[in-house]
Amino acid sequence: MDIKLLGLSLLELSYIVASVTFILGLKMLSSPDKARKGNLIAGYGMGLAIAATILFKEEFSPDKWLNYSLILAGLIIGTVIGVRMALKVKMTAMPQMVSFFNGMGGACAGVISLVEFDHLRHGGEVSTGMLIVILLGLIIGSVSFSGSMIAYGKLEGKIADKALPAGQIINILLLIAIFGLAGFLAISGNLSMPMLYGLLTLSLLYGVLFVMPIGGADMPVVISLLNSFTGMAAAFGGFLYGNQAMLTGGILVGSAGTILTVLMCTAMNRSLTNVIIGSFGGGNAASAKSGEQGTIKEISVTDAAILLAYANKVSVVPGYGLAVAQAQHTVHNLEKLLEDKGVELTYAIHPVAGRMPGHMNVLLAEADVPYPKLLEMEDANEGMASTDVVLVIGANDVVNPAAENDPSSPIYGMPVVKVWNAKNIIVLKRSMGKGYAGIENELFFHPKNRMLFGDAKDSLEKLIAELKNL
Amino acid sequence: MEEILSLFYENREFIFLIIVSIFLGIEVISNVPAVLHTPLMSGANAIHGVVIIGSIIIMLQADPGNYYALVLGFLAVILGTLNVVGGFVVTNRMLEMFKKKSK
Repeated sequence: MDIKLLGLSLLELSYIVASVTFILGLKMLSSPDKARKGNLIAGYGMGLAIAATILFKEEFSPDKWLNYSLILAGLIIGTVIGVRMALKVKMTAMPQMVSFFNGMGGACAGVISLVEFDHLRHGGEVSTGMLIVILLGLIIGSVSFSGSMIAYGKLEGKIADKALPAGQIINILLLIAIFGLAGFLAISGNLSMPMLYGLLTLSLLYGVLFVMPIGGADMPVVISLLNSFTGMAAAFGGFLYGNQAMLTGGILVGSAGTILTVLMCTAMNRSLTNVIIGSFGGGNAASAKSGEQGTIKEISVTDAAILLAYANKVSVVPGYGLAVAQAQHTVHNLEKLLEDKGVELTYAIHPVAGRMPGHMNVLLAEADVPYPKLLEMEDANEGMASTDVVLVIGANDVVNPAAENDPSSPIYGMPVVKVWNAKNIIVLKRSMGKGYAGIENELFFHPKNRMLFGDAKDSLEKLIAELKNL
Repeated sequence: MEEILSLFYENREFIFLIIVSIFLGIEVISNVPAVLHTPLMSGANAIHGVVIIGSIIIMLQADPGNYYALVLGFLAVILGTLNVVGGFVVTNRMLEMFKKKSK
């Protein structure tokens, strides 16, 4: 039998298997029981595709020893760093970690285009189609890389929200320049390296300026969008090499990521255009309502503990503050203590509470909070009127009544947890600072509301100590 | 125009595959509960790390004397590995917590 044919057949077979594992993996990730298995299956498929490519893609020739050693070295270096980072990262820092790894994929796609463009210069037939694919891979990969890095920096708190004046106009001009230059390169067949680097610079700049003005409340949407960008960039690579595994993997993530992005926008009742152009956190409308603030009532730890102990139904609304304070285990302890006292406690999970959709679910799952206690927002809102005490822990924008009654508010129209329908509200908060959207929250001045200032974890621990003394 | 037509014709099977994959991606995701949005995004993130195969192909095909391709390809292999390995490990860590609880 022809050895070469055997190798190539095994290669294609492994790509088919890998594509199937990606589809199965994504499918299984959609159900809680099978999700972990799905992730592992897709991981094995990926390993198979990588190994088969190294073994069977090209015939081994001894004078390419440097190529092979560099591949192995790259794989080892990447694995060591990747595993270390992934194991060390705290649960609260997950969103930025995903954004970081996403940026790496985007950069990889961009670098591939740089090499392939150069490859065309040294022989090889130049076709417009090929050039378009290479250039699009470069543009999308670079935007995804620099955008993800900015998103990472913002969530780490290293980069502040900044909106350039006339930022939108600059962005549109940049886009025109990028596609003008790419169009020129593709149509003229001019393989100028300086122009390619120009295109790279413009694309990187666009990624930075695109994410820079977007406020943290919209960060989940942006990360999801960049995720699907990288998927598309990977698909362009697949098109370039006629590689089915890259194509299916890339396109699947591209389309699934787009749908996920749309789902998130729906949860916030906004359109994608609005998220991108609206610059949520710009703070322009922020101070509009500051004139009509009422008074703020504080509550002591003892009073709060008594209120909770004698309630029938308590609902906890967690937010990013819970994640920052690492208070997920403490809140679970409070929950068990209250259950022992016969209080019915549930969690009301806003779909975009935290910095990523499902962020709160992941966090509370870490603390072993049982599934059935996590209510989705609609269910939680239905039971709100019969709830005695709502405990808002480090959440702000997702409980802001302005979303319902203030058309001038930037979050007007976003579905929120209607905590004001409950009998009592206690807000645990570090200070009177604004939420990530940078707007006032009149809930804090609501007659039913009382504030318990302090770090969420400290306050919860004090509450637990008080409850034990009752 | 002829270029585009021939591009379409030569790649008709890929274009078919792309369109089917788009619908598949939409179909597979549409019923995911909010609980799993973060792990799903993270898992999808790991899957697009398949772009690493492109960087391996570059390395395999590069002329041993072409240092431009070798250096950039090496960099791309590291970047792609980070995406794949980091992505899958992070996702697994998130999902481990879900598993522990369902017992």
